[in-house]
Amino acid sequence: MTTPPVIDLIDLRFAWQDGPTLLDIPEFRVDTGERVFLRGPSGSGKSTLLGLIAGVLEPQSGKVEVLGHDMTALSGPKRDALRADRLGVIFQMFNLVPYLSLVQNVTLPCRFSSSRREAAGGDSKLNDEAVRLLSRLGLSGDRLLARPVTELSVGQQQRVAVARALIGGPDLIIADEPTSALDADARDRFIELLNEEAGRSGSALLFVSHDASLAGHFDRSVDLSEINRAKGGV
Amino acid sequence: MGFSILGLAWRSLMNRRGSALLTILAVALSVALFLGVDKVRNGARAGFDNTISGTDLIVGAPTGQINLLLYSVFRLGSATAEIRWDTYEDIAGRDDVAWTIPLSLGDNHRGFRVVGTNESYFEHYKHGGGTALRLADGAQFSDIYEAVIGADVAEELDYSIGSELVLTHGLGAGGLTDHEDKPFVVTGVLAKTGTPVDRSIHIPLEGVTAIHVGWESGTRSPFADTISEEMIRGFDLTPKSITAVFVGLEQRGTLLRTQRALNTQGGEPLLAIIPGVALGELWQVTGIVERALIAVSVFVIAVGLVSVLTSILTSLNERRREMAILRATGARPGHIFFLMVAEAAMLGFCGAIAGVLLVQLGLLIAGPILSSAYGISIGGLGISAVDGWTVLAVSGAATLIGTIPAVMALRRSLADGLTVKL
Repeated sequence: MTTPPVIDLIDLRFAWQDGPTLLDIPEFRVDTGERVFLRGPSGSGKSTLLGLIAGVLEPQSGKVEVLGHDMTALSGPKRDALRADRLGVIFQMFNLVPYLSLVQNVTLPCRFSSSRREAAGGDSKLNDEAVRLLSRLGLSGDRLLARPVTELSVGQQQRVAVARALIGGPDLIIADEPTSALDADARDRFIELLNEEAGRSGSALLFVSHDASLAGHFDRSVDLSEINRAKGGV
Repeated sequence: MGFSILGLAWRSLMNRRGSALLTILAVALSVALFLGVDKVRNGARAGFDNTISGTDLIVGAPTGQINLLLYSVFRLGSATAEIRWDTYEDIAGRDDVAWTIPLSLGDNHRGFRVVGTNESYFEHYKHGGGTALRLADGAQFSDIYEAVIGADVAEELDYSIGSELVLTHGLGAGGLTDHEDKPFVVTGVLAKTGTPVDRSIHIPLEGVTAIHVGWESGTRSPFADTISEEMIRGFDLTPKSITAVFVGLEQRGTLLRTQRALNTQGGEPLLAIIPGVALGELWQVTGIVERALIAVSVFVIAVGLVSVLTSILTSLNERRREMAILRATGARPGHIFFLMVAEAAMLGFCGAIAGVLLVQLGLLIAGPILSSAYGISIGGLGISAVDGWTVLAVSGAATLIGTIPAVMALRRSLADGLTVKL
């Protein structure tokens, strides 16, 4: 029995309310454990595509299958549950909730998903797991962990976001331009870390950026304009 | 573990504690106003209700029944007319009357009212649900020039057994018409009652007559000084008139009949009132004002709740990112909704609790002042069911109001998706 692809898009169409068609994707898939780089200029609909895959947005037509579930057929709460249980998300910047500590930010997904909580070791081991992930990403020491997240550097914040995406070993990690605020050096190290940790937990990775030079870090590179027939975007 | 959504709401609120505290303060003040009005109202009623007990009828010269009640029991205002001594004797002699307390009012000592009465006062006057007066020190008066003072009089004027006091004619706070020639000696100090008795000076009826010898015209006669104490003692000091009579009946069943008989009897016209009924009429009058005050304070609470709404709504924009992060990490719309509602509920609850505490603090400070100003101790001021219901109602209303920003945040976070917009 073959495992279903992590992401499988078929004849996907999407437009913002009364705007032109932004996305028209006949086919796109990501397999289990695959690390895919999706490139596209800003405004080309990358973030929108991620919203569709994460189940926060709904397409006008077509099929979005994530981890074997047809997102368009699932109810809103079921999509939310799937996202909470099996997806990790990293934003471009400002990933952290300002009033939570480093560890609390990392364990945030476990607040909303019990299966994620169990996968991360259950209530008793949750904090340890967060601390372990953070230290693997180079964030360790009581002093650092006690600092308000707003005082961390952007690079540190992004690594906390990676730890949060990784906790509980989700099947798919979506990263939306997570390196755009980092300098070249930090960027390469960040991507290596992300790749390494995603590989360790067996998570597939969909990494989106406008910067084509990053493509070399991934198993496969896809240009959004290659798979998107719509010309509505810039 | 602190892993609940409630914990999240609390932390979020603490992150904005400045504006949160102001909102809580607004709610607290509005709740305090409402509870303060309610407590003072109930406390004043309880205090008044506790002032007289066991007295079936109060009889005086015809006037309004509230007026008679106020000047005879609460020593507020003054009598416009008196009743003759022989009329009093007729009342006391009735078959259905068990006891009477004659009262002669109109003099004062340094702002404290003087009550001319007899030993029956100490035996039959009851307050606070049937408690008799008790002497804290000394004994009842047994001579014309002796006085028994209330607890507040002793405390405020620093009087004790053996102190001499000079009575003033009329109700002014001391002045030109002192009866300096006839000082009284304190023989007893009453225990604290929380009623106007604490602020009264009790002397024998004969004493009242005695200090007015030589004052029959209302001013001091030139011959007053020539009258010695021995001469006065030789006079018939039975008063010619008194101000009011407290009446206790043989059987309470005859109350209405006796009242009617006194009100309609031939001879001197009289007014007999039932204290409870007169109090009821008093509360009817004050009730209109009370209801107006309550209505105003309810509106003030509404304003407090609107400030909860305002503070949450203004925070919504700056929290858009927070909501998007929560959504991305798996928060369901229900979580976002609950987060908002929980925040409103917390603001309402904390504000209401703070309001309750504020009232308690205020009463702790203001209670003694009210008590000394009016001689009525405001009872029943502790935490009561009303406080509980108010906290519940305000929290409930705040929760309900919280659904407005909750729905807005929900719509926004659904529209924003995972894209964090600035």
